[in-house]
Amino acid sequence: MTASVQAKHPETAAVASAPAASERHWPDHVYDVLKAAGISHMSYVPDAGHTTLIRLFGADPEVVTNVLTTEEEGIAIAAGAWLGGKRSVVLMQSSGVGNCINMLSLPVHARFPLLVLVTMRGEWAEFNPWQVPMGQATEASLKAIGLRVLRAETGDDLVETVAQAAAMAFDADQQIAVLIGQRLLGKKKW
Amino acid sequence: MTLPTMDRRVAVKKLLDSRDGALVVTGLGSPSYDVHAAGDRNDNYYLWGAMGGAALIGLGLAQAQPDKRVIVITGDGEQLMAFGSLATISVARPKNLDLIVLDNQHFGETGMQSSHTGKGIGFDKVAAACGFSKTAELRSLEEVDTLCEELRRPAEGPRLFVLKITAENLPRSLPPRDAVEVKNRFRAHLGFATC
Repeated sequence: MTASVQAKHPETAAVASAPAASERHWPDHVYDVLKAAGISHMSYVPDAGHTTLIRLFGADPEVVTNVLTTEEEGIAIAAGAWLGGKRSVVLMQSSGVGNCINMLSLPVHARFPLLVLVTMRGEWAEFNPWQVPMGQATEASLKAIGLRVLRAETGDDLVETVAQAAAMAFDADQQIAVLIGQRLLGKKKW
Repeated sequence: MTLPTMDRRVAVKKLLDSRDGALVVTGLGSPSYDVHAAGDRNDNYYLWGAMGGAALIGLGLAQAQPDKRVIVITGDGEQLMAFGSLATISVARPKNLDLIVLDNQHFGETGMQSSHTGKGIGFDKVAAACGFSKTAELRSLEEVDTLCEELRRPAEGPRLFVLKITAENLPRSLPPRDAVEVKNRFRAHLGFATC
């Protein structure tokens, strides 16, 4: 279905073209800045945009990783890791943010450092209409429950944003979500 | 036929009296009151909210402190909200995490409606199916005494024990209201700077 839509509307594919070559290595740099920030624990719900980070953390013997059945598990696990002295990062997709709202009362109320990286859906060249409502509500929902929300639209900006977000989260006890714009991720291909 | 149940506070007191340095996380509602009633301590982390989070906070804590035992004491209603957590914990396979489900088979905080465990769901069986290394359902305080000895022995992976407790609303024994203070004193107990 998707392929036929692309064939009929090639201009749509052009607008959603893949990031430039220089942008393609941002996941490696995000991994580097997270490691430099002392992250030794990671939880995730799989997402194509997080593929490289999941692989790099999974292969890192210094990092404990957890695959989750639903995103809010990662919020509670990150709080437990901080109680025990580890810095954790949670990876999810924007659709999963909706699952997290009540659990986010834990880091917000108890002032647990929290760093969440969210790959966006439903905002740029999205083919699946079911992704649009939560994608459009992601930033407002996170702000409503009390998180700081940062966005990045380019690889370089993302790397810098993640580095400073990690500093604010773990040194200033902030709860921060970094939204990775769908434009940066490029069009999802099946 | 009514199967036997046990007094929740006596059972929890037994577990805590033999905690042997274990770190304790409690699920919101009565389990937090039960643990607080047994004696407030810096190495208790109580939840007043974050429904479904107790076992997972326990997982993160167990992974961050692999040399210490972590005991999560929560209720059937709280754990039902985190059914998938049993899969996540089983896959993570911590050897130092024990889940205690205080099961009165009711949603005791909200009017004593019958819960899923009162309708046949056995958390010990679910956890066993997920791959927990040891599970059991206990119905007497004598069995809790045996469990206290069991918990002191090394485990091959996460363990889950269901304690069938009497459905009653006991007087509340409220933990500190300030979750930041509870967090900071817990971390200070582990030797972390809180400023």
